Amino acid sequence: MSQARHSPARSIAAHAILILYTVIALFPVFVIVINSFKSRRAIFADPLALPTPGNFDLVGYQTVLAQGDFFQYFLNSLTVTVGSLFFVLLFGAMAAFALSEYRFKGNTLMGLYLALGIMIPIRLGTVAILQLMVASGLVNTLTALVLVYTAQGIPLAVFILSEFMRSVSADLKNAGRIDGLSEYTIFFRLVLPLVRPAMATVAVFTMIPIWNDLWFPLILAPSEATKTVTLGAQVFIGQFVTNWNAVLAALSLAILPVLVLYLVFSRQLIRGITAGAVK
Amino acid sequence: MAQRRAVRWHIAVFLAPAVLVYTALMIVPLFGTLNLSLFNLSEAGERMFVGLRNFATLFGDPRWSESFWNALGNNAWFFVVHMLVQNPVGVLLAAILSSPRLRMAAFYRTAIFIPTILSFVIVGFVWKLILSPIWGIAPGMLDAVGLKSLFAPWLGKEEYALTTLALVSVWQFVGIPMMLIYAALLSIPDEVIEAAEMDGVTGWSQFWKIKLPLILPSIGIISILTFVGNFNAFDLIYVSQGALAGPDFATDILGTFLYRTFFGFQLQLGDPHMGATIATAMFGIILVGVCFYLFAIQTRLRRYQF
Repeated sequence: MSQARHSPARSIAAHAILILYTVIALFPVFVIVINSFKSRRAIFADPLALPTPGNFDLVGYQTVLAQGDFFQYFLNSLTVTVGSLFFVLLFGAMAAFALSEYRFKGNTLMGLYLALGIMIPIRLGTVAILQLMVASGLVNTLTALVLVYTAQGIPLAVFILSEFMRSVSADLKNAGRIDGLSEYTIFFRLVLPLVRPAMATVAVFTMIPIWNDLWFPLILAPSEATKTVTLGAQVFIGQFVTNWNAVLAALSLAILPVLVLYLVFSRQLIRGITAGAVK
Repeated sequence: MAQRRAVRWHIAVFLAPAVLVYTALMIVPLFGTLNLSLFNLSEAGERMFVGLRNFATLFGDPRWSESFWNALGNNAWFFVVHMLVQNPVGVLLAAILSSPRLRMAAFYRTAIFIPTILSFVIVGFVWKLILSPIWGIAPGMLDAVGLKSLFAPWLGKEEYALTTLALVSVWQFVGIPMMLIYAALLSIPDEVIEAAEMDGVTGWSQFWKIKLPLILPSIGIISILTFVGNFNAFDLIYVSQGALAGPDFATDILGTFLYRTFFGFQLQLGDPHMGATIATAMFGIILVGVCFYLFAIQTRLRRYQF
């Protein structure tokens, strides 16, 4: 059927556009990574050449690892991201369950109240957040970042998860109730496992801005012991701006972890999105 | 029935953690900021209530208002570039990706989304290096196709810098409209498409007449997300041009203006009260935009149920 939809010319055009855009999307990343493995002379002489045995050089990586405490930064980022992700998913799912499962006074209002945060960015409250953290002695702690990111992530999590939880079969939950399960058991044992794809979507959308955020680490936790990778890379680049080997190596090291995490989650992500979350 | 009348504590337990954290760290600080904008220091250095005088300074004092309007104008242009480039490109890519029996669709989708997951620090620097006249990947490539005369140090020229940065931001975020539109296109039922084909509506006319009207609500959501995101942008400018948003404030947007005012830079001391005033103005701008969308656009969009 429909010859017109699958004609070869049309298909070639489609692939041409997609390949062109894929090249545009990946080219900068590619350039950084290949050059981070080359000697200083080779970087300048021919930036587009692949590293060969003749010009292979790890001096950039050696500088990075000797200079900044990148391992510590990485650990900080990981702690903050995983910690916030855990609380966003747990608190968000709990609130989403309450909103989608029970009818009570103020349900819609509460939903709107929580959804407000999707539209209004938490950054505008920075002034007061900083004062709050100073008052409670949390400046330069990772706890401050986890708290802020949890608050930042909750609105979107509640919004997406409650859409999904509405589609969990009511019969299943009622069967559980008849068997004498408590509401908590129903939530943790029956509902949570069923909305796993949605949780993955929320996890990706929550994780990326947290891992990459520069604003709050810069303001709330700029000390050496609590620097995140993003802030560490920014500071490092500022100091080593003329040492191209080191800058390129630092950029490559900052790209790698988030790329791996994304590739792990990407299948779940598209499943979660196309299952009808954000239409 | 007796159960229904009892206080259902579990609802409170489920809601409490999210509501508490969200209220304490998002809503209360937001109102704290709004409140702080009504105060300033007196001559003696004590905090006192000044009503709307901070706003009078921001809009009335030429030193402040000039920077503010400059930042707002730049920010508006930043948004316009996103709407004209990012969203149409995102829709185009999604439309191609969603065509049936396209090979390697998963690969393209994953690859095109990769810039979106990178941090601003990486994106800002990568493009700074590529566009650098010293290292010269961009001039070298233009030279290879005989267009070397077109090259200019784009990030260093007042007239190009902002547009260049906006396009870098588009490069980074095009994955988000692509993904959301892609999901919307996939959710159009096959029957609708088949019915269109029966009537001989195929190819581009099918896209314009059938699919586009069906995904308009998604495009609306993307536009408002772009709006909110753009009017809060800060990181990309800060990373690539510094807090001074050079050259000569040509890339200054509201986020960098707020940062400079609140934390100070070089010769200027930080001023929390004026910072809060700017944050309040940003809040107002975003609120106006969101309300405009909710009341003027969203209510006119026609939704279809299948």
